[in-house]
Amino acid sequence: MEKEEAITEPAISLVNVSKTFAGVRVLHDVSFDVLPGEIHGLVGQNGSGKSTLIKILSGFHEPDRGSELLVRGKPVPLPMTPGLTHRYGFAFVHQDLGLVPGLTVLENLRVGRYEPATGWRIRWGGEREEARVALGRIGIEIPQDARVGELQPVQRAIVAVARAMHDIAEHEYGLLVLDEPTAYLPRDAVQVLFDTIRRVAEAGVSVLFVSHRLDEVRSLTDRVTVIRDGRVAATVRTADTDEDQLISLMLGRALGNVYPEEHSQPADVGFGVLGLTGSLAQDIGFEVRRGEVLGLTGLIGMGQEEVPYLLMGASRASAGAIRIGGQALSATEITPAAAKRHGMALLPADRQGASGVGAFTVKENVSLPVLREFSPGGRIRHRRERSAVDGLLQEYQVRPPERERRLATLSGGNQQKALLAKWLQRRPEVLLLHEPTQGVDIGARAEIFDHIRRVSESGSCIVIVSNEYEDLAHICHRVLIFRDGRVVNTLTGEALSKDAIVAHSYRS
Amino acid sequence: MHEDREHVGATEQTVTESKALRTTRGTTSIAGFLERYGILVAWLVVIVVFSILAPTTFPTVANFDTIASTQAVLLIMTLGLLLPLAAGEFDLSVGATMGFAPIVVGYLNVFHHWPIVPAVAVALLAGIGFGAFNALLIVRLGVPSLIATLGSGTLLTGLGYGLSNSETIGGISNGLINFATWPIGGLPLSFLYAIAITVLIWYVLEHTPFGRYLFFVGEGREVARLAGLPVNPLRTISLISGAFVVTVAGVLQAGTVGAADPTVGVSYLLPTFAGAFLGATAIRPGRFNAWGSLIAVYFLVTGITGLELLGYSGWVQQIFYGGVLIIAVALGRITQNRRAVQ
Repeated sequence: MEKEEAITEPAISLVNVSKTFAGVRVLHDVSFDVLPGEIHGLVGQNGSGKSTLIKILSGFHEPDRGSELLVRGKPVPLPMTPGLTHRYGFAFVHQDLGLVPGLTVLENLRVGRYEPATGWRIRWGGEREEARVALGRIGIEIPQDARVGELQPVQRAIVAVARAMHDIAEHEYGLLVLDEPTAYLPRDAVQVLFDTIRRVAEAGVSVLFVSHRLDEVRSLTDRVTVIRDGRVAATVRTADTDEDQLISLMLGRALGNVYPEEHSQPADVGFGVLGLTGSLAQDIGFEVRRGEVLGLTGLIGMGQEEVPYLLMGASRASAGAIRIGGQALSATEITPAAAKRHGMALLPADRQGASGVGAFTVKENVSLPVLREFSPGGRIRHRRERSAVDGLLQEYQVRPPERERRLATLSGGNQQKALLAKWLQRRPEVLLLHEPTQGVDIGARAEIFDHIRRVSESGSCIVIVSNEYEDLAHICHRVLIFRDGRVVNTLTGEALSKDAIVAHSYRS
Repeated sequence: MHEDREHVGATEQTVTESKALRTTRGTTSIAGFLERYGILVAWLVVIVVFSILAPTTFPTVANFDTIASTQAVLLIMTLGLLLPLAAGEFDLSVGATMGFAPIVVGYLNVFHHWPIVPAVAVALLAGIGFGAFNALLIVRLGVPSLIATLGSGTLLTGLGYGLSNSETIGGISNGLINFATWPIGGLPLSFLYAIAITVLIWYVLEHTPFGRYLFFVGEGREVARLAGLPVNPLRTISLISGAFVVTVAGVLQAGTVGAADPTVGVSYLLPTFAGAFLGATAIRPGRFNAWGSLIAVYFLVTGITGLELLGYSGWVQQIFYGGVLIIAVALGRITQNRRAVQ
């Protein structure tokens, strides 16, 4: 798949693209080219600036002054707008695909593009023909009348690509941006999508492929640009590189030896999981000692995100057993109420949707799990509730410590501290946390760590699921790396560092 | 991936928050008072305006007496509706549920010469059974409450027409009429029952864990579930107890009128919702609450009575109730949006 770079004019060139948010520069003079018909990979750690770059291309963000974007060597006015992306043949497929599950393939392909006949009637015959052309363009057979929600995940992804190709079809050249399209696909289906993408590229369209999976980047792309801390670390030919080099470029330093060492400690196991299986997670098993903080991580969509919800009974496991304080529970039958009774608590990542109710007061949110204790005889003793909540807001340094404020009016970090108080007041045996530091400022982050550490030292078992590698390295005793729904590595002791987590997460 | 954006978001949030803090501190007292007691003020304004426009008929003891007594049924219905609304379920069958109770009482008491007490008992049981039927559809089978109760309410109305041969059943026992209308200190018993039920619903919603749980189930179902609350039983109980309270209103309706009219229930549907939603803009803004509903219902009735005394009859009522429902919900939405901005 080698290209004659010397004689091919780039399809798209980014020249010194920068972006500053509130005085913080997140992109520094990013420059690289994408050639016609090239599949160009874009990789980098979380927060490196990849998504900001994509959002500049789609017109969501306006780049700083001095940034340039050339299409076929001619400058494009910035910022981009939906009209401009359309005119230049830029099309985007995001991780969530943006399809309507309840509508058919035909409707999803044609919505917004209907060509009305007299009386604003949709000419279904003509639409059907257009859709057939769209699917034929990428050489795939999918029944037009199937509902998208009933398709297999990979078919859905292909429909999204077919729809994006609509915007490119009328152009001689075009740019298809794929932003982590494979994150939620089963592994065996990815090749089907890749065949589609290759066919698109062979037709002369340039593809910018954003992915965390270095194995995919290596098997699909012609060249790769690595972004680190908002700068281009390097643009390399895929054939000339390997995963270790890409990881080093992402980290900005050479990889040391990151082999995990065996670690044995007196086994006072307070929490055990065996054979836990959900929709992504496969046969997960681990044990947590009392006082231990265990981290679960991996790239997005590897199954670790599902684990706390399966354990808490918030979503249904198809198999698995849980052992807590000497009692065995079936993971397929557990409910949140039963999990709570056995001393488990879950702090979900969705702070306003699953963790707390933003429209209700801090007091109401914090006291919810223990309200009964303030209500002998079925009557809430408001004074007791108030003083208990006031005490907790002090203890957990929630600012401002005003219990009658609506939860949503607190900053992200203070909401999280209040919600942590909500669960920690019960002294749970097992505390499950999902992305506890997401959207939390540095100061609150440190306070949250202190609270987690304090609970673990009092003998609880803590499980943190997060993609914040630095935080995990900082607070966890042990970190399990997930890949394709399974635990593929355990990092502990000396071997546990941010770099090691990154390396093991990205390495296939 | 989203890290950079979120850090920025977090700092922005704290900045706007401290701004909001400064502005609210200064204006809290006036704005907060107006927000909580706005309709109380509006109510007083309405009373003054009508007293000026109709000085001989409006500001009379007889008129206030009528206002207080005739709308006890509407108030109790509204209070009953608060329970499913708090839990996030829309019960559009409240009108039919209320209207069915007098039919059952009349059917048994008049057509079949049952004594009044067992006739009322059966009517109450029927109300509970109907609430359970709604719960089966909504909670068990997962039919959206709006659709389920639209259907079940229509079905129940039809059943009422069948039992009454589509005619008004007259001659209901005096015992029930006295039970509903016997005057105590100039006011009929039904008004006192309505006040007692207001206190009861206020107590349940504000002072028991059950009430607090209902609001969590309504506003944050996933939060409630993860906190280990029995979400589906709570929804079921809210629907059944709501239907029961509404049926009590129906029994009092039978006693107040002394007859069972199969067409009456449906006309109560909109006023009930108007009362509940307008009530949610007062006393505890943003939340369905008992005292707010009481004020809202009497505000609505005062307005309509005044308009009727000025000679606007019939059609005014629907325009008034419909308009108020829309305004109340829009007000709630505006308050919510303003809070979201804060």
